[in-house]
Amino acid sequence: MSDNYVTVGAPTSADPKITADGVSVFYGDKQAIFDVSLDIGKNEVIAFIGPSGCGKSTFLRTINRMNDTIDTCRVSGKMLLEGQDIYGAKVDPVELRARVGMVFQKPNPFPKSIYENVAYGPKIHGLARNRIELDEMVESSLQKAGLWNEVKDRLHTPGIGLSGGQQQRLCIARTIAVNPEVILMDEPCSALDPIATARIEELIAELSSNYTIVVVTHSMQQAARISNRTAYFHLGKLIEVDDTNTVFTSPGHKLTEDYITGRFG
Amino acid sequence: MMKLDGHISQRFNQDLEDIRSRLLEMGGLVEQQLVKAMSAFESGDSELGLAVAKDDVEVNRLEVETEDLCTKILVKRQPAASDLRMVLAVSRIVRDLERMGDEAAKIADLGVRLAEEGSSPIGYVECRNIAIRVREMINASLDAFARYDAEKARETMRVDEKVDDEYASALRSLVTYMMEDPRSIKRVMNVMWTLRSLERIGDHATNVCEQIIYLVEGEDMRHSFK
Repeated sequence: MSDNYVTVGAPTSADPKITADGVSVFYGDKQAIFDVSLDIGKNEVIAFIGPSGCGKSTFLRTINRMNDTIDTCRVSGKMLLEGQDIYGAKVDPVELRARVGMVFQKPNPFPKSIYENVAYGPKIHGLARNRIELDEMVESSLQKAGLWNEVKDRLHTPGIGLSGGQQQRLCIARTIAVNPEVILMDEPCSALDPIATARIEELIAELSSNYTIVVVTHSMQQAARISNRTAYFHLGKLIEVDDTNTVFTSPGHKLTEDYITGRFG
Repeated sequence: MMKLDGHISQRFNQDLEDIRSRLLEMGGLVEQQLVKAMSAFESGDSELGLAVAKDDVEVNRLEVETEDLCTKILVKRQPAASDLRMVLAVSRIVRDLERMGDEAAKIADLGVRLAEEGSSPIGYVECRNIAIRVREMINASLDAFARYDAEKARETMRVDEKVDDEYASALRSLVTYMMEDPRSIKRVMNVMWTLRSLERIGDHATNVCEQIIYLVEGEDMRHSFK
């Protein structure tokens, strides 16, 4: 495949929250992402799928500048959040990551109490004026993450004492505690059993009325279940993006077809 | 674009090939059913009538088996894209094939009844002509399925318009005849049911063609064909 390519499907959105315009990512000399242009609509759930090493996680991480932590990583092109360049000189990555939160593959609660895990963000961002407000934020975040009823009687026990699925919901609660606009999820269910996975998927559906959600997943069935749109990455290129139904019933690109029908490789 | 093989899982290739070949087997049987049913209709041969009914048992068995295999593929493989369309299309097509078989069995029955009650004074030529067309539709649609040929499916769908026209005109002349000779009504009605069954077979063949277009192109043609 040459470097010049056109993404198949519908990469634009009528009401974009995030706009990637010709984004390329390099690790040293090696190019990991090739000229990706993609709108992510407001309050949509978009799933990124593709084989290992296709760049879907790398691309996800450019949306909240998580790649900044890698010295050799360089990003070119424009990544806009509500029209504002997130790689602009005046942008504070810490503030950006409050607006664009992230949930990781393995639940990674802080080695603190459940309460402190959720309260941490609002505290460092100065979102709560007093203890009462903070309590409210912790409760409402845990409510939104569907965890409140399970933990309300043990808020001050360690977060790592929860089950895997509960820990992941705790991480989601921690993410939404700082009122983000966008939530990035990097294979949020790959360490969870089917029941816990179903809970997270249900939660994603609920959260999507208030947040824009980007999910990287290895499970095509999961992408089909939870997302409005699906983007297929292959060797660092955005091959196809379209509404999920179209991608899974009649994809426009042969590479997408081969991947989702299990003909890859 | 359409192909069944090439999956990482060889057994998945085999599963899809299985439903495909069963469908073709079933289609061939239904086509033969129609040929036999028309002979029975014209000759009143009750042996042939029984043979059509016997084929129908086999057609029904194939339908249930194929549907069952489709369900298993859905459960085991969660197919997507062309694989998903293949499973859905096969499962819809076998249902239409089964109904064609039912219509053929009805035609054979009517033939036997005509032999018992006395043959109709009119309508055999019309039945024969429409039967030739719908048999050709069955044959062409199975061919289009085997080759993933959406164009051929479209062509075949157009034949159904001719079938509908011929059906309407045959009905008119039968009705006129019955008005002039009311004593013939009972016998002529048996021919009318036969025409009706043939016309229905044409409709089912059209449904099959719609599914082939869906299978090949991903477009749902139902209720939109002009």
